Amino acid sequence: MNLNFRPWAAASVACLAALLCTPGFAQKPRVIEDSMAERTRACTACHGDQGRAGPDGYYPRLAGKPAGYLYHQLRNFAEGRRHYGLMIRLVDPLSDSYMREIAEHFASLHLPYPAPTPSQLKPEQLARGQQLVTQGDRALGLPACVQCHGERLTGAQPHVPGLLGLPLDYLNAQLGAWQTGQRRAHAPDCMAEVVKRLPDQDIIAVSSWLASQPLPANASPAAQSPQPSLDAAFRCGSAPELSMAGGRP
Amino acid sequence: MNLLRTARHLLLAGLALLTTAVVWHNWGDLLTQPDAAISPTSPSTAPTLQRGHYLVQAGNCITCHTNRGQPPLAGGRAIETPFGPVYSSNLTPDPDTGLGQWTALDFWRALHHGRSRGGRLLAPAFPYEHTSVITREDSDTMFAWLHSQPAVKQAQPAHGLTWPLGTQAALAVWRTLYFSPATFQPDTQQSTEWNRGAYLVQGLGHCAACHSPRNALGATQGVSDLSGGLMPVVNWYAPDLTSDRETGLASTPLADVVQLLRSGTNGQAHTSGPMSEVVQHSLQHLSPADVQAMAVYLRSRVRPDTASVSTAVRRIPSTVAERGLKVYERHCVSCHGEQGQGAPGIYPALAGNRAVLLAEQTNLVQAILYGGYGPATAGHPRPFGMPPFVLELDDRDMAAVLTHIRSQWGNAAGEVTPLQVNRIRAASAQ
Repeated sequence: MNLNFRPWAAASVACLAALLCTPGFAQKPRVIEDSMAERTRACTACHGDQGRAGPDGYYPRLAGKPAGYLYHQLRNFAEGRRHYGLMIRLVDPLSDSYMREIAEHFASLHLPYPAPTPSQLKPEQLARGQQLVTQGDRALGLPACVQCHGERLTGAQPHVPGLLGLPLDYLNAQLGAWQTGQRRAHAPDCMAEVVKRLPDQDIIAVSSWLASQPLPANASPAAQSPQPSLDAAFRCGSAPELSMAGGRP
Repeated sequence: MNLLRTARHLLLAGLALLTTAVVWHNWGDLLTQPDAAISPTSPSTAPTLQRGHYLVQAGNCITCHTNRGQPPLAGGRAIETPFGPVYSSNLTPDPDTGLGQWTALDFWRALHHGRSRGGRLLAPAFPYEHTSVITREDSDTMFAWLHSQPAVKQAQPAHGLTWPLGTQAALAVWRTLYFSPATFQPDTQQSTEWNRGAYLVQGLGHCAACHSPRNALGATQGVSDLSGGLMPVVNWYAPDLTSDRETGLASTPLADVVQLLRSGTNGQAHTSGPMSEVVQHSLQHLSPADVQAMAVYLRSRVRPDTASVSTAVRRIPSTVAERGLKVYERHCVSCHGEQGQGAPGIYPALAGNRAVLLAEQTNLVQAILYGGYGPATAGHPRPFGMPPFVLELDDRDMAAVLTHIRSQWGNAAGEVTPLQVNRIRAASAQ
């Protein structure tokens, strides 16, 4: 056994002992950050750290979505247009201004997106999905997703959400929920009209193609609202700016 | 044979007498107090309307009389009761589906006698035991404000009460057993402030509608009984307001009680569950003086805690203790602290927390299942929230962590079992 005196070791032990004996150590002062990140732990528990999306493929990403869109979703839960018990319980006690602040917080977070998951669907189905997303279907009276959700499909300020970087299960569930009336937006509900015209078998094609696409280099929502030329059936109560200038009112 | 006939006659006579008594109890005032008795007209001036709005808020009327996503006051919200849903009525001045054709007297009769226009008896999900106490003057003022609101045509759905509970006959019998119109009787021995508080607590505030136990027929022990009870269907325990151990009403400085009631937190205590809804929609809009009056009255009702609490904690199995500590360190410690000390004004302390120590564990399980925010109020506009754990923790984890927080840092409340968690989880599922 080496009993040589080691001054650095003795000093370390002394320091540690002093630290342990400090009254503050047993109950060190707790500093809780006065931030929106701290205030929204109830959200990030499911939606992932900083709202980057939950691990199970159902809880969607919140980070970087347009603030107006996120705010509308909170209101939709509070006002019975979207139904999910946990979300309703969370938003019920919040004030309008606090909902806006929470929406703006998540909208301001710009995080990298995970790589998309390759689709299991047959190539011809994926091609159908791509066609609907990028060109729509004139015969069915279906506008293309890109007309409102942006050429890059990353959404547009202030109200239109992006469609990329979302889990396949979530996309399917949302389109399905619109089909059954479980999910609604502010009236007039343009998405309800779109989904009404979308054949059942095409839902999986659209959502699979979207879920398999990588994000473009600039993943932020477009700063300017697109001005789609759509007929009056596609007025959006949740994004009135879409039918303002360029559209045919 | 003669004897049998006499008995039958006696029985019939008895029934007739009983029926007359029930009818007299429910509608007798129509004979004794004709319409003209009192009819003060309150002019709909701006101050009257403002006052009316204030009183409607004090009664938290809008919350029940508004359906999610529908225009305010248009009714149609389902009030779930153990006997089936009761739908709130339309209080807007629509002539066909609302109060458009009502007079101030009709409105007062609804509040005071629990009877609709035309004499139909109302289901007691409408807390008319309490509204009965409201003065005619306040009633007229509320009515004036309601009549100044936009009319909305929205018919009240038929109640879904199990037959025959919703019938007029059943309601008449129920009311004969449990309801008599009452007026507020000031206690001259007490201060004006105390009396104001008593009037608000017993009347508009209808505190005992939740803070009083309900019997098998859904009746409370009366407007002054504040001994606490488990609220049916929503499944939250409304604490015993006469027990300082449960509420801290007597041992907390009055200003802190007022702050809790007006903002949802006073830095130490936080409201949760249905009480948060009351703070959000009603109490935060009341004047500090009125809330203080309520607090003064409530404090006076606190009686010394007699039943001694056993401080000897039964031995907790080591597997449960280890599991509880593990769950606590994984999910709770970052907010509630290593010593359960919380963070004042942000996260509640668990050490010495009355809500943690309650014998009735329903609220604790609700809190951990659904987490959530306290009310965002003018006095506390940006609350911190708690994550829901309903999907994350199973019954054994929840029972273990609740047992942990009830037995650490000087806390000495009983163990929570997975079976108890399971029952509360099942009863609280939406």
